[in-house]
Amino acid sequence: MIEIIDLHKSFNNNKVLKGINLKIYDGETLTIIGCSGCGKTVLLKHIIGLILPDKGKVIINGVDITTLNEDALHLQQQNFGYLFQGAALFDSLTAEENVAFGLRNSNLKQQDIYRRTKWCLSQVGLSDVEKLKPAELSGGMKKRIALARAIARNPKYILYDEPTTGLDPIMADAINDLIIHLQKTLNVTSVIVTHDMKSAYKVSNRIAMLYDGKIIGIGTPDEIKNSDNPYIQQFVSGLSQGPIQLKIHEY
Amino acid sequence: MRNKFINSIIGIGKGTLLLYRVIIYIFKIPFETKNTLYQMIEIGFKSLPITSLTSLFTGMVLALQSGYSAISIFNEPLYVGTIVAFSLIKELSPVLTATIITGRVGAAITAEIATMKITEQIDALYTLGTNPIKYLIVPRFLACVSMVPVLTVFSNAIGIIGGFLVGTLNLEIPSTIYLSDSFDFLRINDFFHGLIKSIFFGGLIGIVSCYKGFECRGGAEDVGKATTSAVVTILVLILVSDYFLSALLVALGIG
Repeated sequence: MIEIIDLHKSFNNNKVLKGINLKIYDGETLTIIGCSGCGKTVLLKHIIGLILPDKGKVIINGVDITTLNEDALHLQQQNFGYLFQGAALFDSLTAEENVAFGLRNSNLKQQDIYRRTKWCLSQVGLSDVEKLKPAELSGGMKKRIALARAIARNPKYILYDEPTTGLDPIMADAINDLIIHLQKTLNVTSVIVTHDMKSAYKVSNRIAMLYDGKIIGIGTPDEIKNSDNPYIQQFVSGLSQGPIQLKIHEY
Repeated sequence: MRNKFINSIIGIGKGTLLLYRVIIYIFKIPFETKNTLYQMIEIGFKSLPITSLTSLFTGMVLALQSGYSAISIFNEPLYVGTIVAFSLIKELSPVLTATIITGRVGAAITAEIATMKITEQIDALYTLGTNPIKYLIVPRFLACVSMVPVLTVFSNAIGIIGGFLVGTLNLEIPSTIYLSDSFDFLRINDFFHGLIKSIFFGGLIGIVSCYKGFECRGGAEDVGKATTSAVVTILVLILVSDYFLSALLVALGIG
């Protein structure tokens, strides 16, 4: 289980997270929704220890990772797969080498690494692009390769940072199907950050909304859809008028 | 101005801390042998043509200038070989080689690591159980520390050949006199004087270029700024530290 307790984070006096409390249960898919720039990615990076909080705890299976030293944190990070918003594939490596990268320091033999890489690529529906470099791949392909790389080390938790952003609707839905497929076959705990409500409704067991540095509502997709919280209602309905004010008028 | 000064102090502190961590990670297993060898080829072998070319012409122009200066004073090209050999081995080869490697390699290292930083590839390394200091910085640092001295030794040799060609063909100094002028006064400590400086410059290039890349935030513009800042910082540090390092080595009796 992942437990986040009273998490605070500021960047240059800009308070991004103002006391997040959240429990993510084993085996569930939790989606965190919220406006662009509200701190969703920052929260996700706290869960894997890429950013350290100013205050608060991130407890993974009973261990507070914010207090760990570098080596112990590395061990904890091995339980995670992370799909970055821009895929973050290594430019200098081929698709196959990218997927195999996380296995390079494992005890697996070269042949087993090759087999595992093939399997991961087949799970994301890509079996003929092994030798291509990231620059030769489309946006959707990059995301899928990145997903194959994230699952290669058999993680317990997969964190998805805006998995469908920037993709066409068909490819976005294919990624959603892939997330559900991986959920069923690998039985992992998933945390997804997105503002794509269609995707959130499709893949989630629970949805949490982040607004003004706090979780303002959490529930099943139906509960969120029918929430009487005006902020959540405005966001899920995609309305520009409501309690969430954009700063467009200032310009 | 005050902010700039404070930022410089913070930068020195962070850079030193990074150097400390790099040294710790050099000795931690698993060793990045393949990666380090690849960087040694990229930084060392592939820089050889450009450093050779510049040191050849540096040796040639040194011989030409010192030869004609000597002729104007003594009516004879005296001690041209000595001036060329001492200047190259103790000063010009280490500094010029480090300068060229800064432009060719330091800038590339900063740009590459900074791009990896802003495209989250550095974060991706962490999530894949790989420490970026071990995987990215240690191989580049080791390659710079080992290859800059090697290139400097080649520069010494090629520069002396350049000086020899101008001395014998243009200034018509007999080859035996030129060679005895070059090597009779040189001691092994003079050679080590240049070599120690080049090892230091290599370390400087490695650590500053990696640090500037690692600290980059933002977008494409910031990658450009980080690269420029890395090159300028390394060049200034090389030229300033060259004086103090030379003074220290002379005081220690090395050269």
